[in-house]
Order: sequence, then C-alpha cells, then structure tokens
Amino acid sequence: MATTTPPGVVRAPRAAARTRRRVAGLVVAVVLLAVALLLSLAVGARPVALADVVRVLGGLLPGGGDAAGVAPADVAAVLDLRLPRTAAALVAGAGLGVAGAVVQAVTRNPLADPGILGVTAGSAFAVSIAVGFAGVTAASGWIWFSFVGAALAAVTVSLVGGAGRSGGSPARLTLSGIALGAVLSGITSSIVLADPRRFDAVRAWEVGSLADRGWGPVATVAPFIVVGIVLALLVSRPLDAVALGDDHASSVGVSVPLVRVAALVVVTLLAGGATAVVGPIAFLGLMVAHAARGVVGASQPWTIGLSALLGPVLLLLADVLGRVVAPPGELAAGLVTAAIGAPVLIVVARRLAGGPR
Amino acid sequence: MSGLDPRSPGLDPRADPGTGTRRPGAGTRRPGLGARRPGLGRLRPRSRRAAATASLALVAVVVAVVALGLGDYPLSPPEVLRALLGGDGPASTIVLQWRLPRVLAALVFGAALGASGAVFQSLTRNPLGSPDVIGFSTGAYTGAIVVIVSGAASAVGTALGALVGGLATALVVYLLAWRKGVHGLRLIIVGIAVTALLHSVNSWLLLRAQAEVALSASFWGAGSLALVGWSELLPAAVLIALLTVLVAGLARPLRQLELGDDAARAHGLRAEGTRLALVVVAVALTAVVTASTGPIIFVALAAPQLARRVVRSAGVPLLGSALVGGLLLLVADVVAQHVTTTPVPVGLVTLVIGGAYLISLLVAESRRTR
Repeated sequence: MATTTPPGVVRAPRAAARTRRRVAGLVVAVVLLAVALLLSLAVGARPVALADVVRVLGGLLPGGGDAAGVAPADVAAVLDLRLPRTAAALVAGAGLGVAGAVVQAVTRNPLADPGILGVTAGSAFAVSIAVGFAGVTAASGWIWFSFVGAALAAVTVSLVGGAGRSGGSPARLTLSGIALGAVLSGITSSIVLADPRRFDAVRAWEVGSLADRGWGPVATVAPFIVVGIVLALLVSRPLDAVALGDDHASSVGVSVPLVRVAALVVVTLLAGGATAVVGPIAFLGLMVAHAARGVVGASQPWTIGLSALLGPVLLLLADVLGRVVAPPGELAAGLVTAAIGAPVLIVVARRLAGGPR
Repeated sequence: MSGLDPRSPGLDPRADPGTGTRRPGAGTRRPGLGARRPGLGRLRPRSRRAAATASLALVAVVVAVVALGLGDYPLSPPEVLRALLGGDGPASTIVLQWRLPRVLAALVFGAALGASGAVFQSLTRNPLGSPDVIGFSTGAYTGAIVVIVSGAASAVGTALGALVGGLATALVVYLLAWRKGVHGLRLIIVGIAVTALLHSVNSWLLLRAQAEVALSASFWGAGSLALVGWSELLPAAVLIALLTVLVAGLARPLRQLELGDDAARAHGLRAEGTRLALVVVAVALTAVVTASTGPIIFVALAAPQLARRVVRSAGVPLLGSALVGGLLLLVADVVAQHVTTTPVPVGLVTLVIGGAYLISLLVAESRRTR
C-alpha cells in the first residue's frame, strides 16, 4: 500500500495510488505468466529455442504463421509433451493459488494452505482408493473421489483444529492439518506400494509430478477450476467482511455460516480438482496468497485475482526448475514447491506476533 | 545451547497452545512431570512403577516370540522357543538367521528412539518436542545420503554422516524457531517446514546419484527394517548400547534439570553442560537408528507419552519409554510385514499410527478447553 504517502494527504490520492499499484501488480503477473508459459514449453531434456516455440505455437493458429523451419522432434516435444503438462500446471496452479487465498481468508490463518491443512492429502487418499479398490483408471472417474476426499479432509481438519472456545488458533489448525495429512499420505503410500503395477499410472502423480500428464486430466478438471475461481470471486466481498471477524461480518449483513459453506465448496472444487491433475502439492497456496496480499493489500477480490495468476507462475517455474536441477532425471514439481515454500512457512510462523498460540 | 533453555517463557507447556489460557490446575502439572494420581499410584508408587515396567518388558518378550513365528513358514511359540534355545533343523535357521535380526532390530531401534524422545521431551518439557517432529530424523537421513552418495558408505561413515546431519538440523531448527524463547508450536511448525525442505533435498540427492545407490537409499527413505541383517544390526546395537549407558548415567541430572536450572545448580550440577551432553547423546541415538533404517518417525513422539501413562511415573520415564518404543516399533513392523498384502516400509506404519495419535491428542485437548 502507499506507505510513502505523507501524512495529511486526503484519501483520494492514496486510493488512486493503491489502485495503480494493484493494476501494476496484475500487469506484472500477466507478463510473468507469459514468460513462465514460454519457459515451460522451451526448457527440458530437449531444449527448444524460444523463437521456435513461438513459431510452433503460431502454427496452431488458423493462418498464423507456420512451423515449417522447426525440427519435427522439437515440434513433437513442444506440442505433445510440454503443452499438456504446461496446461496442467496452469490449471492446477490457478486452483491451488486461489484455494490458498480463500482458505487463509476464511480461517483467518496466515499459515493455512490446502496442502498444509491436509486437504490435498485427503484428495490423494480418495484417488488412491478409487484406483486401488474401485478400479478407476481415468481422471474423469477419479476426479469425483478427489472432490469427496478434499471435502471430507477439510471438514475433518476444521472440526479437529477449529474446536474449542477460541475457534481454533492458527498454529493448532495447522498442526491438525499436518497430522491428518501425515495419516492420509501414509495410508496412500501403503496402498500404492501394495499394488505397484496398478499404480503405474499414478505413481508420478503421487509425488506431485507433472510429467506424462496427457490431456485427459486437464480437460476433465479445467471446467471445475473455472467454476471454482468464479465462485471464489463471487464470495470475495463477503470474505473481506469475514476477515475482520464474525461479529463485524454479521453486523454488515453477511451470513457467516453461508460464507463458510461457500468457501468450503470453493476449496473443495479447487484443491480437489488441482490434486486430481497434479497430485498433492503443498505450500503453493501459502506462498501465492502471501505474495498476492503483499502486493494488493487487504482486499479479497484483488488477492484472489492475483493469486489465480501467480499460482500458475510459481507451479510452472517450479516444474521448469525440477526439469533442470538433476539431469537426466526430473525433480517433481511438488518437491520443488516444498523446497521454496518451506522457508516462507518459517518466515510466516516467526512473524506471528508473540508466537503462534 | 541456550536455545534449549527450558526457562524461556515461550516453551512453557502448561500454557495451553490451543487457547493461550491455562488449564485448571495446570500450575501443578506439566507433561514431563505428571501429577501423582490418587489411588494405587499414591500408595506405593515406586514398586508399582517397577511392576508396570516389568510387565512392559514381559509383553515385549511375548510379542517378540509371536513375531518370530510369523511369516511364510509359520511357527508356534513353543517351536520358536525351542529354536531359540538351540534346536536344530529348518526352524532354527528361519528363526535365528532370518527373523531374529529383524525382530531384535525393531526392539533395539525402537528402544533407542523411545529413549531419545524421552530425553528431548523432558528437556523441552513439551510432549511435541521430540526429535522426529522437529526434523532431526530427516536431517540425519540427509547426512547419511550425502555420505552414501559421495561413495564413502561404510557403516561408521554413514552413522557419522547421520549424526552430523541430525545435529546440524537440530541447531538450524532451534535457531530458526528462536524468537525471545522457543515456543513449542512454533518449534514444531519450523521443524515441519525444515523437514519438507530436507525431503526435497533428499529426493534431489537421490535423483543425482547412481541408479543402484539411489535405489537402496530410497527404499530406505520411508524407514524400513527389511534390509537389516546381523551384520547391520551388530555395530548399530553396540553403538546404541554405549549411548544407552551414557543416557543412564545422565538420568539423574536430567531429573534435576526438570526441576529447573536453579534447583539443579543447587545440587551442584552444571546445567548448560549437562543439557548439551544430553542433547548430543539423544541426537546420536536417533542418528544411529536413522543410519541403519532410514527415518522412522513418530516412535520418539508417541513412546514417552504412552510410557508415562502406562508407568504413571513422575517424569518422562526413560526405561519405560525405551520399552514402549521397542514394543511400538515391533508391532508396527509386524503390521508392515504381515497385515498389508505386500510388505510396506515400517516408517509408513509408524507415520499412520503417530499421526492418528497426534490427532487424538489435539481432540482431547480441545475437549478440555471447550
């Protein structure tokens, strides 16, 4: 916010400066997203020049240039391998980023994140049940399990961590989520290990890897993510009121239970959907929501909008980084986000006034 | 190690982390120093504690005998006992060569983790202040991987790497969690963040390593007893035995530290030095286990608390914690081998048990504060 404004200046210029800052943040985020998308298409075991990437993409448009001069292997790498995984990162990153912003607002917990709170672990658990016991093999089938798992985990963690007179302290809610996530991921790993062949399709998915994603999961999930983000923007104003306290929200005519239920639906759609595509990824929503709020200040509509852009940026860059750090292997994007996100969690935990209580 | 100073206000476990309020009567209770309860426990606490500890040991022996009989070639307990007492034939080979190392490893390693957890929970006066929650196990694993990947993989080298990794992680976590004292929950969240970070680092190290090295190290990554034979068990057991002697020697000073540094000094104790020695020994116990099995988490967290409830002792009982730890890991390993359709790493079983235990702790606490 416009902290450089000298005291005594009337409100309008400050508001204008704030809006300028927010719009600038949005523009920068869009540019970053474009760069991240191009990098994701260009970088990998077979590097493709950025100019060639642009030409290949241009070839997709009706009458928009041609990819004639590009090596066929490069075209295949960009279109068949990297485009689907880039789309997956775009969809899942947006979902997780917005889910992080919403869950932080509704729990008033700066440590909240769909991964840390065990919601994505619930999704992954339900998917592993679907694949292991119900014989589901396609994303179109397991996405429903993913939603149910996310919703059940979200309800459970808020019951365990939010119980008590104080309505749950940030640290305790976080701890409950971590404990629940540990249990669920342990069982998930056991189910996967018990029948490795059946899980060949989802093994990479279990560690939050974007490799070999294909178009199926992305196409299935994308509509749900879009609906979730639209719903998040619709409840963003009431969320602003809830962020100031339940009493304040009630006094300005916002139904707190209704907002909570709406937020639960949003988080279920977004985190469940994102997990169905990329697997359980933690810390992404945490980082994105803090970064977005740092730029736009205390406004949920802006935070959610910016998170929807920054989420994919971060996931794409994490994925690109994972491709280059350990050639010829790949470090799963989920592991890269954990490595980047862990320091953020430490900083936030330290910043909580007087320590988390 | 001023970071471990239990006098720091943020570390007081009596302040309920859920609400910041104190529980009724909390001033006389603390997790490391349970209140005497009325009834039997009040009459003859010492002999009752001894009886509880002895029965724990008995249960451990019984479970061990049963576990030795489980497998593709099932044996009845009498057959197991005959094989142990020098019988001949296939049963004795199966029991002595195949199953005994693993069962003993579960008992010894579990006991080491339990004792390590007891020392830490007593020092931090926090039931959550155990080495696995705070990331030492993962740090020890990182240290071990670095040694293995660099090609100097002897048993001693790996254990040393694990020790250095564990101690370094301990130091980093405490420094990062330090802010006018170490608050219990902040310590845990920092520990979990560092664990997540190290987990990524470990995966990265394994990815860069030779395939065969990576395979053995990654199987071990979830914490498994499957690769433990006599040749792996014996050096680790000797180290653990030495460390156990040290812990036993420090048990009395530990009790005095529980009463506060001033009281300890009044008894002629060098508080800081003693604390440092205890930390090093406890981290070393965890590190030796991790170097042999990979990180097995939650045993060090749950064992001391369960032991305190079973033995109903004043402090966190060292011997009881070790016994419960051994028992816990043995049962978890039996589950890991025989309950699931395919054997899974025991670390996954302890993860599930420990996570469920943590949730039940949180639920119980929320009931109290409601």
